[in-house]
Amino acid sequence: MSAVRASHVWKVFGRNEKEVVKRIKAGADRSEVADLGTAAVIDASFEVSRGEIFVVMGLSGSGKSTLIRMINGLWAPSDGTIEIAGKDISAMGPTQLRQVRRDSISMVFQHFALLPHRTVRENAAYSLDLQGVPRKEARERADEWLNTVGLGGWGDKYPNQLSGGMQQRVGLARALAAETDILLMDEAFSALDPLIRREMQDQLVELQSTLEKTIVFITHDLNEAMYLGDRIAVMRDGRIAQIGTSEDILTRPTDDYVANFVQDVDRTRVLTASSIMQDTTAVVRHSAGPRTAMRLFERERVSGLFVIDSTRHLLGAVDDRAAVRAARDGATVLSDYVETDGILTVGPDTPLSELFAPSSTARVPLAVVDGDNRLLGVIPRIAVLSSMSQVGPSTGEMPAVTPLPANVEPQDDAEAFTAQDDDAPEPKPGIAAAGAGHVDEPDEPLPGDPASEGPTDDTMGADR
Amino acid sequence: MNAVALSLLDFLYPRIPLGDWADSFITWFGNVFGWLLDAFTWLMQSTYQLLFQILAFPKILVDNGAIADSSVLRALIIFAMILVFAGIAWIASNWKVALFTVLGFYAIWALAQWENAMSTLALVLVAVIVALILALPLGVLAAKSQIVSTILKPILDFMQAMPALAYLVPAIVMFSVGVVPGAFATIIFAMPPGVRLTELAIRQVAEDKVEAAQAFGATPAHILFKVQLPLAMATIMAGINQVIMLALSMVVLAGMAGSGGLGGEVVGAISRLNVGIGVEAGLAVVILAVYLDRVTAGLGSKTPLERAKRAS
Repeated sequence: MSAVRASHVWKVFGRNEKEVVKRIKAGADRSEVADLGTAAVIDASFEVSRGEIFVVMGLSGSGKSTLIRMINGLWAPSDGTIEIAGKDISAMGPTQLRQVRRDSISMVFQHFALLPHRTVRENAAYSLDLQGVPRKEARERADEWLNTVGLGGWGDKYPNQLSGGMQQRVGLARALAAETDILLMDEAFSALDPLIRREMQDQLVELQSTLEKTIVFITHDLNEAMYLGDRIAVMRDGRIAQIGTSEDILTRPTDDYVANFVQDVDRTRVLTASSIMQDTTAVVRHSAGPRTAMRLFERERVSGLFVIDSTRHLLGAVDDRAAVRAARDGATVLSDYVETDGILTVGPDTPLSELFAPSSTARVPLAVVDGDNRLLGVIPRIAVLSSMSQVGPSTGEMPAVTPLPANVEPQDDAEAFTAQDDDAPEPKPGIAAAGAGHVDEPDEPLPGDPASEGPTDDTMGADR
Repeated sequence: MNAVALSLLDFLYPRIPLGDWADSFITWFGNVFGWLLDAFTWLMQSTYQLLFQILAFPKILVDNGAIADSSVLRALIIFAMILVFAGIAWIASNWKVALFTVLGFYAIWALAQWENAMSTLALVLVAVIVALILALPLGVLAAKSQIVSTILKPILDFMQAMPALAYLVPAIVMFSVGVVPGAFATIIFAMPPGVRLTELAIRQVAEDKVEAAQAFGATPAHILFKVQLPLAMATIMAGINQVIMLALSMVVLAGMAGSGGLGGEVVGAISRLNVGIGVEAGLAVVILAVYLDRVTAGLGSKTPLERAKRAS
């Protein structure tokens, strides 16, 4: 059961709500029926599951504030139903509705909406007062929540003695003190200046990791939406244009509006190493011989290869001169010629913004490794740069998790299968399996015909 | 033919007998609702008497022969009362107003207007209490309902714009001579700013505060008493201040209706062309006015919201 479920919700402001709903359903445009009433929310359906941060994003006038106010019944929907924990609140009477607001839903407001004649402590205790908690206990619990949001010791001040950011912390403490499952945040950080806003976002994320509230967060700031949202609903002219994760919205916008909207997003905060990393064929097993490596240099037209062991642990890199030297020395394996200097590794969750510095100094592409130092993919410098630029094919192909194509497997020898089994907890099986495919390549007969490599390359493509 | 010509003439030289209608309305009202008028008279009269006896109890003691007219005790009681008034001013406002009160009320005593001033104060307080009992709920209703607001607006305009003397005549007809017609006229004249400023005060409470209270599940009564009224209190106090000042401005008219007090002195001075008495009573009115204004203004700045504002 989802925490909040909206099904085909409409909200029309005007004299004849039902008529407007009927006409728009029949195909009329929103502007055609404007003299009958303003359709603020049109046929919105979504579900928010327990513990999720669901962000509703849109420009002003897109209906997002109206939508959030229907969730706690401040406005009754003109059509459709809103369910809170399975109960339809649009069918409730005022008394019942007040009970739901006290016990299940609390709200944080854009302009804080604190009561200026009450102290900070009394403001934080406000939700508890309404729940009927005894005065003394309410004050004590309010103090605890003020501590949690970083306002310990400010309880006796008045709201206007606090800065905007601190006032909003009081608003947050008031909402959290109610200890409701659902938290509605209406442009909660929009009135704050950027630094404070960032701080509050971080704090919310931190609090959420322990509190696991169901949060519906309204914002017009796409960066904020991308940063906070487990899922994002983009609203436009009263309709929900798209619902998806931030990467969905960024990389697979459903229409031009969403695409234009996300054009300006600060990708460096949203995208992570795992979303822009590329699979690579420039990888060689440490047990491979120098001639295998040289053939790979030729085929990949690169001057360096990552060296991995049989379970894809990154050992280092080998460059073309080292391979030539190894061949001249008559070495049978490359392991003695592996260099570990100058190889920079990053984790898959490293944000793009932290990739610029290492990427600009490294001679070879950045290696993305998991916690066990297993190679997940690589990030050439050009990928970092191009990821910034557009919603285009390069970002579109990024997510790497796809079913393992069948044509990889015939190339895997028994050892690779073993490796695959060892890799079972690997978070990205698609990559790992494909990697296993590449690992095996050098073991192919050296003068292998191009046809045998074909499917492998196809696999790369599919994986990207 | 003749009838048509007559009605045309009527149109050209109209005379609407509104005065006759008003006359017969008042008579009819007095006949049908006599019990209501009696009840109002009794209420006003007894409340006024009670207040006056409290405010002017040294005089009562003198009249009962308990203390002598020029005894030290009487003066001491009066001085004690002056200090009580000053103390109220200090609590409500500050020491400057308290000092003014001591000097001003001593001047009233020195001008031999003490009993008259207390009578006027009692009349003003009774009228203001009744006016506020009517005005505050009406203001709240007008703030909550656009319909009530729309209906009230022209009525309030009428009450304020009608010359106050015009109320006095029907008031005397209905309540006969004495304190009550003066109080009645004062109530009607002084009430409108109380209603208007209460409505305005509640309407100007920021919508988001009310919305926040609603969002946390507050009942309408809680929103009114715990959110809207506290936040509106400063403006409401400004309205109460206006009501008091308008009520005080009516005391001379009330004197015409035979209410006595400072108004009675002034009216008497006019009829006898006695400049001296007129000036003395007039000055006492001014001192009372300044006192009541400063005290209520001081109370207005003592609301929780104003206190919170000053805290920063």
